[in-house]
Amino acid sequence: GSGGFRKRKHDNFPHGQRREEKENVNPPSALMTSFKSFQLELDTRHDKYERLVKLSRDITIESKRTIFLLHRFTSAPNGEEILSESEVKLNAVRQKIKQVAHELIGEDMYQFHRAISPGLQEYIEAVSFQYFIKTRSLISVEEINKQLIFTAEDREETTNMTSNSRDKQPHKWSLKVTPVDYLLGVADLTGELMRLCISSVGNGDIDTPFELSQFLRQIYDGFTFIGNTGPYEVSKKLYTLKQSLAKVENACYTLKVRGSEIPKHMLADVFSTKTELIDQEEGIP
Amino acid sequence: MSVSEMFAALQGALGQDQDIREEIRKVVQALEQTAREILTLLQGVHQGPGSQHILKKCQKAREHFGTVRTQMESLKTKFPADQYYRFHEHWRFVLQRLVFLAAFVVYLETETLVTREAVAEILGIEADRERGFHLDIEDYLSGVLTLASELARLAVNSVTAGDYSRPLRISTFINELDSGFRLLNLKNDSLRKRYDGLKYDVKKIEEVVYDLSIRGLNKEATVGPGGEK
Repeated sequence: GSGGFRKRKHDNFPHGQRREEKENVNPPSALMTSFKSFQLELDTRHDKYERLVKLSRDITIESKRTIFLLHRFTSAPNGEEILSESEVKLNAVRQKIKQVAHELIGEDMYQFHRAISPGLQEYIEAVSFQYFIKTRSLISVEEINKQLIFTAEDREETTNMTSNSRDKQPHKWSLKVTPVDYLLGVADLTGELMRLCISSVGNGDIDTPFELSQFLRQIYDGFTFIGNTGPYEVSKKLYTLKQSLAKVENACYTLKVRGSEIPKHMLADVFSTKTELIDQEEGIP
Repeated sequence: MSVSEMFAALQGALGQDQDIREEIRKVVQALEQTAREILTLLQGVHQGPGSQHILKKCQKAREHFGTVRTQMESLKTKFPADQYYRFHEHWRFVLQRLVFLAAFVVYLETETLVTREAVAEILGIEADRERGFHLDIEDYLSGVLTLASELARLAVNSVTAGDYSRPLRISTFINELDSGFRLLNLKNDSLRKRYDGLKYDVKKIEEVVYDLSIRGLNKEATVGPGGEK
């Protein structure tokens, strides 16, 4: 077996050698020189793309963790603490986005958009979720973009190099979230709000669900207003959005109908069985 | 700002986007039409031998590239200059096609590979991103790969037409192109797929050269440019 393999390998060898020789004999021609520069250009581009993908992954992971943390908000007595902790986490995410923005200085953002889009969407989801918990309203694109303006001084302050900061002129750069990324992030937010609604009833909070259904309905109306003007991904999210809205509306319905019948102390129990049902439904594709 | 106001603003932005895309599509259609005309013209080189006949076709094609340049001018005005890659997909295909056509003309005229700068000049665009509407490197390389398969075809048809020297020259050219592409570290994308086809073109041309060699037909070709009448 191995002998035959070795033999075949030998047969190929002179062939490979021939090619190498041919390259060595010729002095670098104009064509080869230009392809060497293409190699450099493509490698630089691919490296940048990979670095951005990695940053995007980190942004996604940290944003997801922030969302999980924020879900604990309703159940915990120390709400303020959780909010400030989430702010710390989001600041860390913004530091990553700062690096992304730094990579994109002087570049066409759309060239690398596919690399960073997933991370940005997750960040938008997290930041709008926090904003909702704080203010009970929807964060605007402008608001998000305002937080994504960075200066070079910032970094030096955090690393305590105040002496150097004066030598360097403050350099400003920013990252602008695209309308489509924003829309997709907000669409994901509605899923989180649905979960928040269900868990808040579990905690005996019967006002939040109604507030949430109101809010979700506004967002749903907004999305239907956009309809198919947007790209395909947006219309795809519309279906999931509708499902989330239906779950919240059904929860409100149950609260209204049965809330008056059931003694308050039992409400949570009734609802937690309902929650299980909803979760099961969710499991079915 | 209320939720509905926000979404109205977003809808406005998306609507504008669609208008831009519509405008771009119109110009790209015109460009595709011109590209087809040039291609039809150049297809004539497969029909008969004679450098005179080929050079005449090239000249005519060059005239058509004038139309391409005016259409490119109009394309540049359809979208904000710093958002090239946002709408890149719309003209990517036609741009690659035009690179191929320009490279084909230049090859037929001088038997060299057109540089990126020269293509950009023929098409009336820039080679650098910094200076405006430019030629993306991947599009340039894609166009060059299309040239390779066209030359494989030309090698076959040259033999049929009695021009035995051309396949040898094409073979040298393609081999150099192949070594050039082997320098690149391509990602697993469409360019890489196109590149994977290059080896078949190389093989095809090597077969033609082989056929000529065993019949001694390449010797009479090496006598001089007399092979072409």
